[in-house]
Amino acid sequence: MEPILLKAEHEKNSRALTTYLNRGGYSALKKALIMNPEDIREEVKKSGLRGRGGAGFPTGVKWGFVPQDSPKPKYLICNADESEPGTFKDRKLIHTDPHMLIEGIIISSYAINAYTAYIYIRGEFYEEAQILEKAIAEAYKKHYLGKNILKTGYDLDVYVHRGAGAYICGEETALMESIEGKRGQPRVKPPFPAVVGLFGCPTVINNVETLACVPHIIERGADWFASIGRPRNTGPKLFCVSGHVNRPGVYELPLGVTYREIIEEHCGGVRDGKKLKGFIPGGSSAPVLPASAIDIKADFDSVAEAGSMFGSGALIVLDETTDMVWLLENLLTFYTHESCGQCTPCREGGHWALEIVRRIRRGYGRPEDLETLERISRFASQGMTLCPLGDAFCGPITGVLKHFRGEFEAAIAKAKPLPKKKLPVLPVRSGRGTFGM
Amino acid sequence: MSVAHTQPLTMAPPELLREVHFDDEMETKISELLKRYPTKQAALLPVLWLCQEKWGWLSSGVLKAIADRLDLSPAFVEGVTTFYTMYHTEPTGKYLVQVCTTLSCQLCGASGLVEHLKERFGIDFGETTPDGRFTLLGVQCLGACGEGPVVQINNDYYTRLTVETLDQILDELPE
Ligand SMILES: Cc1cc2nc3c(=O)[nH]c(=O)nc-3n(C[C@H](O)[C@H](O)[C@H](O)COP(=O)(O)O)c2cc1C
Ligand code: FES
Repeated sequence: MEPILLKAEHEKNSRALTTYLNRGGYSALKKALIMNPEDIREEVKKSGLRGRGGAGFPTGVKWGFVPQDSPKPKYLICNADESEPGTFKDRKLIHTDPHMLIEGIIISSYAINAYTAYIYIRGEFYEEAQILEKAIAEAYKKHYLGKNILKTGYDLDVYVHRGAGAYICGEETALMESIEGKRGQPRVKPPFPAVVGLFGCPTVINNVETLACVPHIIERGADWFASIGRPRNTGPKLFCVSGHVNRPGVYELPLGVTYREIIEEHCGGVRDGKKLKGFIPGGSSAPVLPASAIDIKADFDSVAEAGSMFGSGALIVLDETTDMVWLLENLLTFYTHESCGQCTPCREGGHWALEIVRRIRRGYGRPEDLETLERISRFASQGMTLCPLGDAFCGPITGVLKHFRGEFEAAIAKAKPLPKKKLPVLPVRSGRGTFGM
Repeated sequence: MSVAHTQPLTMAPPELLREVHFDDEMETKISELLKRYPTKQAALLPVLWLCQEKWGWLSSGVLKAIADRLDLSPAFVEGVTTFYTMYHTEPTGKYLVQVCTTLSCQLCGASGLVEHLKERFGIDFGETTPDGRFTLLGVQCLGACGEGPVVQINNDYYTRLTVETLDQILDELPE
C-alpha cells in the first residue's frame, strides 16, 4: 500500500506549511468548504472510517448524532492524549505532518458546524504541543483558520489544551471535565457527548489518526478509502509495534493484514531469534493472544472474534522468555495507578487484583487466587463502572488466565505457606501489600 | 538523541511564594488564555502550567492567587492540582528524571535503568538528591514505546537508552 498518513515520513522539513502545500496540502479543505456539511458527513459515513482511538465507532455515524437544530454552539475535540500503553502513533503523526491533522480538524469542524475546536494533548508531549502551536499559527496567517476562512464565510478557532499527567483523561468525558478545569473524572453516560458534551454543548470527539484520515477521504473519495482494507474495516491504519521485535516502530498498513506479516515481514521478526510466546493486539487493555493466533487479521472485527480487542492498533510482542505473572503485575500496577477513584469496582478491584498477583509472584500464592481474580474481573467489567477503565484492567487478567493459566498454577503449586503473622482485623490496603511483604 | 539538551529548572524559594500577586506580564498572559474558553474555570489547567513554568512549583500561595483570579475556591483549585501528576506542590530538583516503568519499556530493559539510577543518585522514586540537582520519578507509559527504554528529563524525551548512554546524558547536563 502506498503511504497515506505517513507520506511525508522521510521528507525533509515535512512539518513546514510550504512543504505540506507542495504535497497538495489544504486542497481537500478548499474542496470541502464549497460542499454542504451534510454531504461531508455522508461521504465520511460511506468511507466506513472507524474511530482510531480505541473503540472503532463509525466516525460519520458519530457526527450524525449532533443535533443540528440545537441553538447551542458545537465543539470538536481532537483527542491527542495517547496514553494507552503501547500506543505512540499520534505522536508520530504530529511529528511528521501536523498540518494534515489541522486540515482534518478544520474539515471535521465544518462538517458538524463547530466554530471552536480544542486539541487535548497529554502534558508529557511538550515538544508536540509546540509543534502544533507553530503549525496553527502558520495556518492562521494563511487564512486556513480564523475568521472568514479562504473567503468562504466560515470561522474556526483551534486551541491546544495541555493535560497534566492522567491516563483517564483520554476517556472522552473525563477529557471534557479536564478542559472545563476540573479533575479528570468520567461522567455518567447517557447523555452522550454528541448531545451534551463540552460546556454542556453538542461535542464530537475524535482521535488524531481518525481526523488525519478525513482530508484524504474528501480529496480522493469514500470509495477509494473503502477499497483499502476489508469490508467494515476500511482504510489505512498506523500500527505501533513495541516489545520483543527487531524493528519496533510505527507502520502504516491496510486494516486486515495478518499479525504474521506485521511481525515477521515489517518488524524483522522476534528479537534475538527467540520464539514468539504471544502478543497484545490492541494496547495494554486488550487481552493477550497466544503465538498460535499470529495468522489472524489485524482489524476490529477479526480481533474481536479471536476474543481480544483491536483497540488503538498497538501491538506489543512477547517472546518466549516473558513471565506472564510479571506481565500481569506490571499492567495492573499501571491501571491501579491510573484509576480516577470514582467507582468502587475499579478503584478497589484493581488494587486487590494487584495485591493477589504480587503475592503469587513473591511465592505466596493460594489455590483459590485464580478464582478470586476471575471474580474481580467479572465484578469490575461490563458496565459495572462509569467508564471502561474497569474493563481495561480486566482485559489483561482474562487474557493471561485464558491462555497462560498454567504459569499461574505452577507458581501457586510451588508456593510457600504464608508466614504466620497476625492479619489486621479489617484488611487494609497499603502500597507494600496487604501482608506486609 | 543521546546528547543532553535539557536546561535546568529554577525553583522559587518558598518565602517568595507565600503570598503571590500576578504582575502585568502574567496578567496579560492570563487574559489571553481566558479568551479561549467560555468559562473562567476552563483556564485553570493552562494557568497552572503558566505558574509552574514561571516559579518551578505551585505553593499554596500560588494556588490561592489562581483561585482568586479565576473566581474559584482555593480548595477546588488544590483538588484539581493534586489530581494531575505533573503539577508539583513541592519544589523539585533542577532535573526531573522520569523513568518509564510500563510494559514495553520494561521488555526493552528499563528495569536495569531504574536500579542504576537509584544507585547512582542514592535515592528512591519520589526523592531528591541532597544537592537538589535530581528528582527521580517512576512514571507510567510516556507514549514512545517503540523507542524504549524512555526517560523524560524535564520536558525532553531521551530514547533507546542504555546505562552508558543515560550516564553520559546525566554527566553532560548543565549546572
Ligand atoms: C480509559 C480510557 C482511555 C482512553 N484513552 C484514549 C486516548 O489516549 N486517545 C484516544 O484517542 N482515545 C482514548 N480513549 C477513547 C476515547 O474515549 C474516545 O472513544 C475516542 O477518543 C473517540 O475517538 P475516535 O472515535 O476517533 O476513536 C480512551 C478511552 C478510555 C475508556
Ligand atoms: S511503555 Fe514506556 S513509553 Fe510506553
